[in-house]
Amino acid sequence: MRITRYAAAIAATGVVLAGCSSDAGETTEDAAGGGAEVADDVSFDEGTTMAELAESGTITVGTKFDQPGFGLAGPDGVPEGFDVEMAELIAAELGIATDDIEWVETVSANRESFIQNEDVDMVVATYTINDSRKELIDFAGPYYEAGQDIMVAAGNPLGIEGPDDLAGLNVCSVEGSTPAEEIRTNYPEATLTLFDVYSKCADALRNGQVDAVTTDNVILTGLVAGAPDEFELVGNPFTEEPYGIGITKGDDEFRSFINDTLEASFEDGSWAEAWDRTAGAITGTDAPEPPSVDRY
Amino acid sequence: MTTPVLFDVQGPRARARARVGSAIGAVLVLAIIVFVLLRLGGNGQLEPERWAILFDPASGVPQALGRALVRTLQVAAVAMVLATLLGLLLAVGRLSDHRWVRVPVSAVIEFFRAIPLLVVIFALYFVLPKYGVRLSTFTALTGGLVLYNMAVLAEIFRAGILSIDKGQREAGFGLGLRKSQVMTLILLPQATRRMLPVLVAQLVVLLKDTSLGFIISYLELLRQARGLVEYFNSLFGDRYTFQLYVAAGLIYILINVLLSMLARYTERRTNRAGRKAVTAEPADQMGAGAGAP
Amino acid sequence: MQFLIDNFDLFWDAFLTTLSLSLLACLVALVLGTLLAAMRVSPIAPLRGLATFYVETFRNTPLTVVFFFMIFGLPQIDFVIGFFTGAVLSVGLYTAAFVCEALRSGINSVSPGQAEAARALGLTFGQSLREVVLPQAFRTVVPPLGNVLIAMVKNTSIAAGFSVSELSSLLPRLVNASAGDLTAILVGVVVGYMIITLPSALAVHRIERRVAILR
Repeated sequence: MRITRYAAAIAATGVVLAGCSSDAGETTEDAAGGGAEVADDVSFDEGTTMAELAESGTITVGTKFDQPGFGLAGPDGVPEGFDVEMAELIAAELGIATDDIEWVETVSANRESFIQNEDVDMVVATYTINDSRKELIDFAGPYYEAGQDIMVAAGNPLGIEGPDDLAGLNVCSVEGSTPAEEIRTNYPEATLTLFDVYSKCADALRNGQVDAVTTDNVILTGLVAGAPDEFELVGNPFTEEPYGIGITKGDDEFRSFINDTLEASFEDGSWAEAWDRTAGAITGTDAPEPPSVDRY
Repeated sequence: MTTPVLFDVQGPRARARARVGSAIGAVLVLAIIVFVLLRLGGNGQLEPERWAILFDPASGVPQALGRALVRTLQVAAVAMVLATLLGLLLAVGRLSDHRWVRVPVSAVIEFFRAIPLLVVIFALYFVLPKYGVRLSTFTALTGGLVLYNMAVLAEIFRAGILSIDKGQREAGFGLGLRKSQVMTLILLPQATRRMLPVLVAQLVVLLKDTSLGFIISYLELLRQARGLVEYFNSLFGDRYTFQLYVAAGLIYILINVLLSMLARYTERRTNRAGRKAVTAEPADQMGAGAGAP
Repeated sequence: MQFLIDNFDLFWDAFLTTLSLSLLACLVALVLGTLLAAMRVSPIAPLRGLATFYVETFRNTPLTVVFFFMIFGLPQIDFVIGFFTGAVLSVGLYTAAFVCEALRSGINSVSPGQAEAARALGLTFGQSLREVVLPQAFRTVVPPLGNVLIAMVKNTSIAAGFSVSELSSLLPRLVNASAGDLTAILVGVVVGYMIITLPSALAVHRIERRVAILR
């Protein structure tokens, strides 16, 4: 799997050389090299989720396949990104190698039902922790704090500084997403244009069909990184979106285990390394302060 | 030989006029093509390097599209066979002499003809689990395609069966055949042959509709093309977006044209056997497949 | 049920969007489709070729791809159109190919004697098409044309992915907002489509019976 990923990264770089030159292509190669050290000697209490997973030697993880920097599948179909690295960290702690992780694509609409139906063992998919979701499932983490922000055409011709400036403008997001609801509820004077993926929003902004794109800042930075001459981020987050790891409701032992693993990775620097390899590589920013885990 | 004799063989003046008209038309079409190409070129969309990514194995793109095409064809093949079989059954059921068969079968057909396929697929994948039935993306997509298309095909087959001359049926009964024998030995074979062009047109629709798998993230051709767009977008902006969608569109057209050609071939073969399908249109000059009932 | 009552405004707006999108696209499809059908049976070869090319291209391309080129392809040749207009055109242009095929099959089903008689009376191509062949063709095409147009109503659901807030777009929207009421949301959307499609199907049956001619 590593080899194919490496080949993909080389291919991507090759394409860069053939065409324009871009910083993003070269960083991909670094991103492909990472991975956590697999614990070889693990033991867990009988009957826990950890014991079952360690015993079976595989884990099924739901993640996004279309989110640059967090979970994005390349031509080979294997996802890469910060969410993916987080899942690999946890799997390694269970003695499961990266190759033995089964990745399942989750879309926003099916994350809860995948967990409730036990189609997946956990969901790491830019998954905002909130109370209505907590009624159906449990969250470990957060492992990252995002915030809703705005992306505009380079040079910010309309002078948009924050959500209040969106009144009367055409703003793009994805139907069924939390950022879209936020605009609907709190900034009703903005006109919403809603697609099913953010890349369409980027195209629409490029063509002048919309004035701005809004969603979590980390997703926007991914889009800006792909076309730095055309887009820029306003950089004024106006919500808090703590990303958590979704697991079956009531599995407190597994939740504590994940929280312990996350905290350890905050301490020993592997969390920051994962950031640098993935989301940090495309945004060009240093790893932020890790958030504090919420053991509710 | 065009079929409906709507116009005379043209005289010299009409031919001359037609030639002038054709020339003007050709120039207009050519002008539009040149205009589109110029605009595309002006926006840099025609650079060879931007298209090379589709053919360069090092980019992983041809392999990914190839695998996605296989997944598309798998769903389409299974759904085509099941939808055709169930469609035949439902058509026969709707023509049944027994009310208790006819009424529920009609209700099923009308229900699935009334709602969009997108909604059916969504329901199978997202709503059924609430009632304890979990389907894989493959099964949900195939199931949706089968449910929807069996209803459409049932109506096509029914129209075909009804279009068979009354005498065929009566002759069958006259020979002492049972109702089921008349249906399976006499009516269905003729109806299927007669409906072949429409049947294939609907199967082409089915193949295209596999692209609705995107709503449940089944990685078929169009979803894969979009996935590649997302991937390359994060690296190079929209450098390859147009090219990847053009590639996906052309692959669909190619497959569907092949399917239609296969259908025309089979049609000719069955016609040659001397059992000429009565309403089948004589081959059109332009050789286009038909959707004629 | 309570859920549907609470969100009635949403469903109503979406329903109206689906309805107006369907009606406008229907108009585009019928006008263009009739024109294409006339081209396909005309004496001028390039017109036939052009119409055939159009029909084969649109019939063999998924509607989603048509949408993509309408919304994101046109700006590549420096045309930008609104999202709703784009949806009307995508669905209309796509359906026109199927309308054309339905009409052409109808024209072909009119007995050649009719056209021969029309010409014997000295009618021109346009006249014999308008006065003799098409009126008869329209009768035989009622069922297939009806099916094409009903299918078109359902196809408008694709517009949900391209920024038109019609019925299907409520699925992802409401599912994310209230995951518990999945069934209610689905029922609301399905009923919305049925309000349009079932009466249309009934109307097609009625017209079919009224205009049926014996051959």
